[in-house]
Amino acid sequence: MHVLVCIKQVPADPSAVKVDRKTNTLIREGIPVVVNPFDLFAIEEALRLRERMSSSGQKGRVSVITMGPPQARSALEEAIAMGADDAVLLSDRAFAGADTLATAYTLSRGIRRIEDSTGAKVDIVICGRQSTDGDTAQVGPELAEMLGIPHLVRVRKVESLTRESIRVERIADGGYDVIESCLPVLLTVEKGINQPRVPSLRGLMRARKAGIPVWGAQELGVEAQQVGLAGSPTRVIRVFSPERQRRAEMLTGSPEAVARLLVDRLMTAM
Amino acid sequence: MGDVWIFAEVSEGRPLDVVYELLGGGRPLADDLGGKLAAILPWGADQAGEASTKEAVVRDLIASGADLVYVVQSRELVLRQEEPHAQAIYELANQYRPDVLLFGATTFGLSLAPRVAAKLGTGLIANCTTLSIDKGSGLLLMTRPAFEENIMATMTCPDRRPQMATVRPRAMKRLTPDPGRLGEVLTVVCDLPSPGARVVEVVKEDQDQAVDITDAKIIVAGGRGIGCKENLEMLEELAHLLGGAVAVSRPVVDAGWAPESRQVGQSGKIVSPKLYIACGISGAVQHTAGMSSSDIIVAINKDPGAPIFDIATYGIVGDVCQIVPALIRELKGRR
Repeated sequence: MHVLVCIKQVPADPSAVKVDRKTNTLIREGIPVVVNPFDLFAIEEALRLRERMSSSGQKGRVSVITMGPPQARSALEEAIAMGADDAVLLSDRAFAGADTLATAYTLSRGIRRIEDSTGAKVDIVICGRQSTDGDTAQVGPELAEMLGIPHLVRVRKVESLTRESIRVERIADGGYDVIESCLPVLLTVEKGINQPRVPSLRGLMRARKAGIPVWGAQELGVEAQQVGLAGSPTRVIRVFSPERQRRAEMLTGSPEAVARLLVDRLMTAM
Repeated sequence: MGDVWIFAEVSEGRPLDVVYELLGGGRPLADDLGGKLAAILPWGADQAGEASTKEAVVRDLIASGADLVYVVQSRELVLRQEEPHAQAIYELANQYRPDVLLFGATTFGLSLAPRVAAKLGTGLIANCTTLSIDKGSGLLLMTRPAFEENIMATMTCPDRRPQMATVRPRAMKRLTPDPGRLGEVLTVVCDLPSPGARVVEVVKEDQDQAVDITDAKIIVAGGRGIGCKENLEMLEELAHLLGGAVAVSRPVVDAGWAPESRQVGQSGKIVSPKLYIACGISGAVQHTAGMSSSDIIVAINKDPGAPIFDIATYGIVGDVCQIVPALIRELKGRR
């Protein structure tokens, strides 16, 4: 059974991202990057599914894929160090500036190419719930649609897994749903579904030496018009800091005095 | 052309609150575009038995701003199953070509909308807080917070249709229902393939179901600055006197002092009460993301430089353990 994890490299502190006031673009250079924290749970869950398979006598394989600049290789190395079998980096200047639809499209082509090379379908695609920088949670469902498979978001527990189907709990508003899906399927996993392992020293050594293929537009057989900014239906037209128009009226005095002042004001205002 | 569609997510035969907010927010968009405001109402086998319920829901949607309600009927449109819902909306949108298509940013809406967007090959902007029509271009301007609310971004979808967005609950105001409003109803019966993923059980799980903080008109919220779990009791007392509910910030949940159902913020619930009293909450963006649209914000904090004072209406610099008991005494004294 083949499990594939989609990951993303993100700024270590998304709130530190600043806007270039001249160009209205985000300044990403020189900012420390990490594997999107939500994706660590996705990697860990894939490794656990592989362990579950091997205990039932099935062979499992965990592959990891990301789209990003050349330095995103380090995110894939971290996944291999945790225990993933192999990884692919989708990287090309033409991929830059992609919105969620263009990103999902590029990933779908990467997955198709992996499937062509193995001659078999990927059985389970796992994504983190969302990225901490984009924060949209859209790429998973969009990718599932493009792959023509069902998707289950916010999975908090995998109840059972067979060769043909999977049964999970997914968080819903006001509770959770138990849901059963045929394979292949795409899952996005909730933070806390597991405790992601820390890479071992041996894993780190293996990751450093791992051959990680880099596929660009040509390898994926995509036109430049279908990917990156050119392939993205959405445009950012303005980026600005949120207004801070409200200034507090500060109430001062003893606790009793401020309590009286506040209650007076609230009784007038409400 | 120029129609604005909203997805009417239904739970147990009733549209969610966000549906009415979408109608309120969508109304001026449709007026600016000179088009109709339509609601897509999925009606599956689990609700189909009650025709009177369906008619009441349709009337309600029209009273709340819809010009047209598409009732989409199929036995597969049950529960929160993305595939049949996406297929039904795709077929409808392909036939009638709306200019704008909006979903509430609920767990289901955030899962369904991208599936629909990918089918239609169009753009989708997540978690919008403001929508308007650009006078010059006629494009939908979609504004959302980004990078943990540090930055606001306005986006468009210039060349593909529909222009799609998910809209945060409580970001838009519902209209006062007008029972006299007239609207059309179009019933579409869909023959949908059975989905690959099926909901087999729906489990309600809110240990704290008695209190839904998103419904509270008044919220007394505690942060790390309250010092210890026991101090939540005085917040409960204050909330009780005001007829409100107690909420908390993330660190309080992480410390195990309160259940997650009480958490306000980016990773918790989004609230918009008439009065929000923030006790010992510094005002990190992760928290303010969940409460900044409250009508009146009172901040009580030891640190005069705490960012919560930037968004507060009234600020008190002081120890929560002294101010809150003084407030309780003051309120009791006025009874």
